[in-house]
Amino acid sequence: MSLKQNLHNLKEKYKGTKMAPAFNAIHTFLYLPNEVTHGGTHIKAADDLKRTMNIVIMALVPCLLFGMFNAGYQHYAAIDSSLRTDVLANFFTMDNFWIGIIKVLPLVIVSYGVGLLVEFIFAVIKGHEVEEGYLVTGMLVPLIVPVDTPLWMLAVAVVFGVVIGKEVFGGTGMNILNPALTIRAFLFFAYPTWMSGDKVWVYDAVNRTGTADAISGETILGSYAQNQEVVYSTFDKFMGFIPGSIGETSTFLILIGAAILIFTKIGSWRIILSAFVGAAVMGLIFNQVVAADIITDSSKFYGLMNTPWWEHLTIGGLAFGAVFMATDPVTGSQTNKGKWIYGFLIGFLSIMIRVFNPAYPEGVFLAILLMNVFAPTIDHYVVQANVKRRLKRTKVKTA
Amino acid sequence: MSKDIRIKKGLDIKLVGVAEKNTTKSSQSSVYAVKPEDFHGIIPKLIAKEGTEVKAGEALFYSKSDARILFPSPVSGKVVAVIRGARRKVLAVKITADATQTYKDFGTKDASAMSAEEVKNHLFEAGCWPFVKQRPFDVVANPNQAPKAIFVSAYASAPLAADLDYTLAGKEVALQAAITAVSKLTEGKVHVSVGAKANSPLAKLTGIELHKVSGPHPSGNVSTQIAKIDPINKGEVVWVITPQDLVVIGELLLTGKLNLTRTVALTGSQFSKPHYVTAIAGATIATVTANNLKDDNTRIISGNVLSGKEVKADEFLGYYDNQITAIPEGDDYEFFGWNKPIFNKISTSRALTFSWLTPNKKYDLNTNTNGEHRAFVVTGSYEEVFPLDIYPMQLLKACMYKDIDEMEALGGYEVAPEDFALTEFICVSKQPHQKIIREGLDLMREELG
Repeated sequence: MSLKQNLHNLKEKYKGTKMAPAFNAIHTFLYLPNEVTHGGTHIKAADDLKRTMNIVIMALVPCLLFGMFNAGYQHYAAIDSSLRTDVLANFFTMDNFWIGIIKVLPLVIVSYGVGLLVEFIFAVIKGHEVEEGYLVTGMLVPLIVPVDTPLWMLAVAVVFGVVIGKEVFGGTGMNILNPALTIRAFLFFAYPTWMSGDKVWVYDAVNRTGTADAISGETILGSYAQNQEVVYSTFDKFMGFIPGSIGETSTFLILIGAAILIFTKIGSWRIILSAFVGAAVMGLIFNQVVAADIITDSSKFYGLMNTPWWEHLTIGGLAFGAVFMATDPVTGSQTNKGKWIYGFLIGFLSIMIRVFNPAYPEGVFLAILLMNVFAPTIDHYVVQANVKRRLKRTKVKTA
Repeated sequence: MSKDIRIKKGLDIKLVGVAEKNTTKSSQSSVYAVKPEDFHGIIPKLIAKEGTEVKAGEALFYSKSDARILFPSPVSGKVVAVIRGARRKVLAVKITADATQTYKDFGTKDASAMSAEEVKNHLFEAGCWPFVKQRPFDVVANPNQAPKAIFVSAYASAPLAADLDYTLAGKEVALQAAITAVSKLTEGKVHVSVGAKANSPLAKLTGIELHKVSGPHPSGNVSTQIAKIDPINKGEVVWVITPQDLVVIGELLLTGKLNLTRTVALTGSQFSKPHYVTAIAGATIATVTANNLKDDNTRIISGNVLSGKEVKADEFLGYYDNQITAIPEGDDYEFFGWNKPIFNKISTSRALTFSWLTPNKKYDLNTNTNGEHRAFVVTGSYEEVFPLDIYPMQLLKACMYKDIDEMEALGGYEVAPEDFALTEFICVSKQPHQKIIREGLDLMREELG
């Protein structure tokens, strides 16, 4: 008997039992189910949620691979800064990638393992199918944490994020906050020392603290926030040869991901574009404030306010957040007009938080979480405009 | 407001199996059936008991809400069975047809000389009232309300739809008689829409407001046209009649007989020879599709692939339908079907789906759902195929949580289930949109009348 037939027989065997959702999750991973339409349209378009989520994962893969190389590169470059003189020669090396394998891959495995386990448990308890939402979340999470994040910490955060961020609301499609950012926020507020400072962004820097081999690597945002000189070139910043969370450093690859999402119509170009515009506008405002001498270099806000507006777009997590986080259709605005406003405010607030919160300048995750909460409000007013237009039509008639 | 209608949002689903333009006569079925469920929202009260002899045009049952609304037998013969379901609900009235058909004579009429009341009573008497449907709610019209306009869409944009220019050719006289009659029923206009490039037999009728329609499906849906011409507001009613039903009304006026024979398109990849046949409403599917189907693993649909009804060979042609579609069942697994590149299915995204490369290709789609049912996740995709000024997902959700005020505010009066067929087709979460809207409209009708 073929694999197809064997699996079909097993499906029939498990039907109606507690194990059915768990089995079906694996079965439908291998085979598109044999379900046929009933009652409504007799034909259906080719896309399902698995395909949609799969595209997002594929758009993230370049960032993940780059992050694996970058994990090694930042480690070795922190030990021997001469490596930075010829980035291209010293970046794509097997040594660097090996650090990625031993440091980044375990984060990915823990994220998926723990998250999917929680999903399976909930699916079995509640008797619904295992939903695909976590496939993307599980990939996002390791990309937005520092490379030295302990695995147990990540596991705790994932359990929190999936249960409180998503399952309590009813699972994929029902959540209010982006689950990946909920996990990030949990990590940030529960273990702040592991999420900021100049040690966590470089592999082994924490272990070596206080020893003769001590190394460190401050993020660019961190340097600016402390009004320090930044040593990286614009090219480095744009291409991503800089310390930061694993997957968010390369604006170049993020833009490629954005191109994939927009071309496949999976991600909203409205949100992505307006988030960049919002960030640029806020950056410009701060640049003008500095230009008008309202703020001088003695101010603690000076470093980030003086950062050129276009540079804000390439540093920190802004690009990654705008492309992969803000575009989450469940937690974002759902109307096309709302998406413009929602994206713009995310960009705008990200830079504002960045500047006014020098202790932790990475504002984008807070901005997105805040806008997640306000997305239904934005949609409400957009929809009300439609309702009013309809009411007005009636009034014109009766008048 | 411009008279012509152009829409951009929508989707033409191009399928294999367009009906060839030749018409044969299907042999007469031995049994015909009238199913009350074809008339949504009607509770039938039987007139013809089992064993009664009826002529074509004689009433089988009437509507519980208005005893004047009669539902006629399409053929002459004997009522052999009244099929009942749970709680004795009437599912079908079956009639064995006589070899030679006899028609009840309703007398010829001169439409132009009739008053509105006379037209109405004539339609009641001859069982033609069910052809008049109303918006809001998409049900058989309530004769006590005055419609602000009457809409006729003679442009069929649904997948593989019967070409009305072909099926109605030569029926101009009957159509004109019907238009003259029904135009008495409204103070407003009778809006007729035809395809922009078409040569429609309805284009030259008098007493109508003609609109030329262009753009992808659902440009032929009457809701789309109403929305562009004269949108329905709260408290307003419009009536809708299909052109093939106008022909029946016209022939009734001209000949005094109710002749429910219509030209039916046999379409879809599972027909060996997709073409047109003439058949009487309520005919057995098997006699209409005789020896034309390719194999057994076939979904037969009375109507089109988006809004039609699944039927078996021994079931019956729907009362309003002028199309039978046959497509392959999709009850098989597909290895890695969710992530491999797809060339043989339609998609509005480009998520490793490549139908955007070949916009004119005809597809042989089957009935597979291409994925499992999920909660709403993706946003913004429905709007691309939904031309009305309505937020489709918000209205669907209002229907799901049964908030009548919100349904009303979001445009519930302006839609019919068929308007949500395209959003249902492209829905990534495989939600049953038409069913959700139907239930929502039923609830609104119950609560708001």
